[in-house]
Amino acid sequence: MNKLMAFWSILTKDMKNYYLKPPNISWGIIFPISWTLMFFIKSDSTVDLRQILPGVMALSILFGTTSMLAVTITFERKSRSFERLLLAPISLNLLMLAKTTGAIFFGIINAFIPLLFASLMIDLSGINWLTTFLGVVLIAVTSTFLGLLIAVSVSEVFEAQTFSNFFRFPMMFLCGLFIPLEKLPVFLQPLSYVLPLTYGADLLKFAINSAGSIRLWVSLLVLIGYALVLFLISTHNIKRKWIY
Amino acid sequence: MNIIEVKKLTKKFGDFTAVNGISFSVKKGEVFGFLGPNGAGKTTTINMLTGLAKPSAGEIRIAGYDGSKEIKKVQQIIGIVPDESNLYDEMSGLDNLLFCASLYGMKKEVREKRAKELLEQFSLADTGKRPFKAYSKGMKRKLTIAAGIIHHPAILFLDEPTTGIDVESARQIRRLIKELNAQGTTIFLTTHYIEEAERLCHRLGFIVAGKVIKVSEVQALMEEAQQENVVEFRTEPNGLDLEKKLVRVFPKIRIKASTGHSIRITSQEPIELMPFMKFFAQEGIKVSEAKIIRPSLEDVFVKITGIGIDKLKKEKEGKRR
Repeated sequence: MNKLMAFWSILTKDMKNYYLKPPNISWGIIFPISWTLMFFIKSDSTVDLRQILPGVMALSILFGTTSMLAVTITFERKSRSFERLLLAPISLNLLMLAKTTGAIFFGIINAFIPLLFASLMIDLSGINWLTTFLGVVLIAVTSTFLGLLIAVSVSEVFEAQTFSNFFRFPMMFLCGLFIPLEKLPVFLQPLSYVLPLTYGADLLKFAINSAGSIRLWVSLLVLIGYALVLFLISTHNIKRKWIY
Repeated sequence: MNIIEVKKLTKKFGDFTAVNGISFSVKKGEVFGFLGPNGAGKTTTINMLTGLAKPSAGEIRIAGYDGSKEIKKVQQIIGIVPDESNLYDEMSGLDNLLFCASLYGMKKEVREKRAKELLEQFSLADTGKRPFKAYSKGMKRKLTIAAGIIHHPAILFLDEPTTGIDVESARQIRRLIKELNAQGTTIFLTTHYIEEAERLCHRLGFIVAGKVIKVSEVQALMEEAQQENVVEFRTEPNGLDLEKKLVRVFPKIRIKASTGHSIRITSQEPIELMPFMKFFAQEGIKVSEAKIIRPSLEDVFVKITGIGIDKLKKEKEGKRR
């Protein structure tokens, strides 16, 4: 019970202090709109909104979660308020789950904003909602834990942003959202299959447009595996670097 | 009864040994002062005791718990006030306290009552709803201490609690430390201010270059220091060879400090002033003042650590900035 109370307090503190701040709410709205407009411009206004929806949702989650988590944790480390959490009588795993849950929620909300906008413009019937939700949650979890790994690897806020982009941009172009995986150069294709976003994006394509190319259970397992590995590496690094 | 026991504690960072096999204990209910210059290993020791650093070797026992293996149990009964205020800037003073209380599993009604109580006790009740970032340095310090004791810890670690704050806030914090101790809280205090340690602590541990070189009761240290007799003569500018002549004529004295226009001598035996006055007259040096100095804890610190007070004062200034 005590542990749950600490978990809840950390989560609500982060939501209030970081994720529900007006600039972040507006980011959550502006970012998907910008992506949608970008696709419109690129395709001379003949874009099929439903076709681009999985991509816009996946990128909204990826950019929202990795940035926010990496920046907030690095910021708290710099101001030394993170030490207060490390010195609290709660386990490191619970602490890091509490710290990341806010970003996961933020990512999930970010994903549903383009979906909400799309629902006003196009027919969304035929979507497998359960798989969509599962896909959104798993992309949010893996992206957040990627953000955690980045936060543990840097010491400055600007480094967190730079390092995030080092992962995000290659992932954006290699995950099959812009260019289908089979049309990528042969030497890049194996790289695509190493990226968690490839499986997340495919899951959303399958759920929204019945168009995925990877088996559903493979994507689910790979994403869960990625989430576990990223979390374990991050907590291991925290023990090694921050509880020195 | 010892509430903290440290045996052969060592912390290495690569080839550098920050803390080198130190051993000491802290008695339940006492204020234990940990003194030493910057970089001596004070904060590293606190970090190991509180779970923010892992010892390279040695043993820590806090209230019967193994400090390495049962650190989460230890953290439940200790409070920590770091050398820099580290609460959340955007949150109000009250919200900061409520958040810290919830980390220790305190129920809503209990933490609300306790937070309000502490704001009153620390004279922060009027500013409880103001964001932490709008607080003055002294107020921030007080709130950080309040956050450290919100869960009624049995032991409170205070790292440089009054460094860099105004005189009034420092005085108030010292009073609060005394009150806390009177209520039964064991206090582990590190400070640069020798006079603060003298006023607050029951016992002191001196750490220099990662080694604890002395642990003793303040009273005993004072008595030890006062066994020495010190006299200072203020003179017109004198030459360096005066020191040599003085030691030659009075072989039982030691020259403690000499600035060119003052000279401080020390001896284990009582010092008679007349022979010295005659000596100065013979040398043609005019003495404007001769005073007996009562050795203080600062003198003990200098004697034990071999570190000049001037250096310590410079460090204090540096910390204040």
